[in-house]
Amino acid sequence: MSISNTASAAGRAPAIPRNRIKVLSKRRRRLQNALVAYSFIAPNFIGFAVFTLGPILFAFALAFMHWDGSNAITFAGLDNFWRLFEDKAFIAAFWNTIIYTVVSVPATLVCALGLAILLNQKIFGRDFFRTAMFFPYVASLVAVAVVWNMIFNPEMGPVNMILYTLGLDPKDMPGWAADRHWAMVTVILFGIWKSMGYYMVIYLAGLQGINSELYEAADLDGANAWQKFIYVTVPQLAPTTFFVTVMLTIQSFKVFDQVYMITQGGPGTSTLVLVYHIYNEAFISWDLGYSSMIALVLFFLVLAVTVIQFRRQRED
Amino acid sequence: MASISLKKLNKTYGALTVVHDIDLEIADKEFIILVGPSGCGKSTTLRMIAGLEEISGGELKIGTDLMNDVPSKDRDIAMVFQNYALYPHMTVYKNMAFGLQLRKASREIIDTKVQEAAKILDITHLLNRKPKALSGGQRQRVALGRAMVRSPEVFLLDEPLSNLDAKLRGTMRAEITKLHKRLDATFIYVTHDQIEAMTMADRIVVMKDGHIQQVDTPQNLYDRPVNMFVAGFIGAPQMNMLPCVVERREETFVAIFDGRELPLPSHFDKVRIAPYEGQELVLGIRPESFHELPPADIPSENLAAFKAVVDLAEPMGSEVHLNMTTGGRNLIARVSPRFKAKIGDEVALLADMTNVQLFGKETERSILY
Repeated sequence: MSISNTASAAGRAPAIPRNRIKVLSKRRRRLQNALVAYSFIAPNFIGFAVFTLGPILFAFALAFMHWDGSNAITFAGLDNFWRLFEDKAFIAAFWNTIIYTVVSVPATLVCALGLAILLNQKIFGRDFFRTAMFFPYVASLVAVAVVWNMIFNPEMGPVNMILYTLGLDPKDMPGWAADRHWAMVTVILFGIWKSMGYYMVIYLAGLQGINSELYEAADLDGANAWQKFIYVTVPQLAPTTFFVTVMLTIQSFKVFDQVYMITQGGPGTSTLVLVYHIYNEAFISWDLGYSSMIALVLFFLVLAVTVIQFRRQRED
Repeated sequence: MASISLKKLNKTYGALTVVHDIDLEIADKEFIILVGPSGCGKSTTLRMIAGLEEISGGELKIGTDLMNDVPSKDRDIAMVFQNYALYPHMTVYKNMAFGLQLRKASREIIDTKVQEAAKILDITHLLNRKPKALSGGQRQRVALGRAMVRSPEVFLLDEPLSNLDAKLRGTMRAEITKLHKRLDATFIYVTHDQIEAMTMADRIVVMKDGHIQQVDTPQNLYDRPVNMFVAGFIGAPQMNMLPCVVERREETFVAIFDGRELPLPSHFDKVRIAPYEGQELVLGIRPESFHELPPADIPSENLAAFKAVVDLAEPMGSEVHLNMTTGGRNLIARVSPRFKAKIGDEVALLADMTNVQLFGKETERSILY
């Protein structure tokens, strides 16, 4: 039996005669391969370029311009930058953002990890509690903020009612969102409550990836539950913790929605944060150049913190 | 003293019983190996001894103390896991020192013990490395070192060589055997590899479906298997099982297979065979019992002629495994590489009947022991 007969008998396409095969040059073949690859990337890249990269570059340029959104753009040089140092609202927003990040990142991390460890145990109603904890992350912010404001209402809210029942003097009762001393606490608590379910899921995945033999080895080595947590769980979760820390830090620096829904930056500037200040300057005062400069500051702040975190992770 | 006693030990998961009331006495300083196919309950038994699995029923004693509810750390045992279970974020030194640190041993004692174990295992140069920077064999040594530094009475080893290549496995087999002699402790070792079991153990426990099939020395398991499972499990290639009928010929017995009379050796206990006269039994002949020429040390009355057609010849270098068919049955013979046989050839071989086995067809139990 001839070779071609064998091929057709096996159901394969007959071989193309050698003289009909196009011999492509190496360079042309590489170009063809690259074009195929770019054609796959193109739809995503075009979307990214139009809706993300373009506005970012425009905002970068706008930071050195004066523009109110309707009149002509004029060059401002470093005017917007020097203005930052005289803007009390910016300085307040800057420190509020730092405070929010410094408190909420470790607090959310600890709560998420604690919940993950708890809901990784074989306890009754585990799936229900996992869903319940994740729910705030996916729930409508408007609805959640309304409920939150109701719960923490200084006069009629159940939280203060409980504190009253526990014997706290009405004069010492926290005013929560309405009190400049408690407003940031309220925003932070809201942020922790809303985010911890999401990071709990990430930690759960991390916990389930830990080799159970390590715990058994630790058992035989004589470790108690706390020692197993410190010497096995924490080091094994280091990559997860790094990811969670980076994501939480970026998220905290960009905090806006809960401030907008609960306090609108007040009372005074007690909960004013950078993104809320950007929003005010851009869409209330229509000073798009200055707001872009604040955005630029925020960008470098997030970049610096993230680079430091990545370096520390690499050193570890 | 670290003798171990298992009495009616069982393990159940809901309605599923994976270890059925096993009884086993392990002597102090004995090297005992639990062997069997996957799912036979050998690892579960080891884990119950380690305290990593709850005991569903029965009694576990180490020395004279009942250990059923004693936590792992208080059983004076150390374990080497199949995947080593080294702490990935700790150096080799810290991995080995961890158990002693938790037991609040002084820094000097920890250092002395770690250095001593590292020297024995030849891993001193690896002490500052992390596990990911080690080869499989090195990790295995570190896992052994971690167990050694605590100087436990009992070492538990759960398939510690299964992740190593064949050459390294051979080397480590010898090293673990030497280590047992040196440490003078009780070793309980789990494997599915019968070669490991045969070469290392003082005694072997053969398990199947959560039941102990036989506990004996390696040679006794090979020579006197109590049932067809043990006979088939011990030895490679496995024992040939041929259906036969036993008949009396004057003072002796013969096994009739495919119309051929195969003489049963005169040392067989005739009282045990007599009740099975005329009944169907299973004749077990090991592949190494076949010879191309009559061996000088075997009396001719113990040799039986076999003719079979070669289906496949597998050259192993030092020997050839002939897969053959005779009387509608498959037969494997280990012969010399000088014996040239091609596929389709009909070959004549002589079977040494001295060590053949006879099993009940229904019970699968040996009628000889």
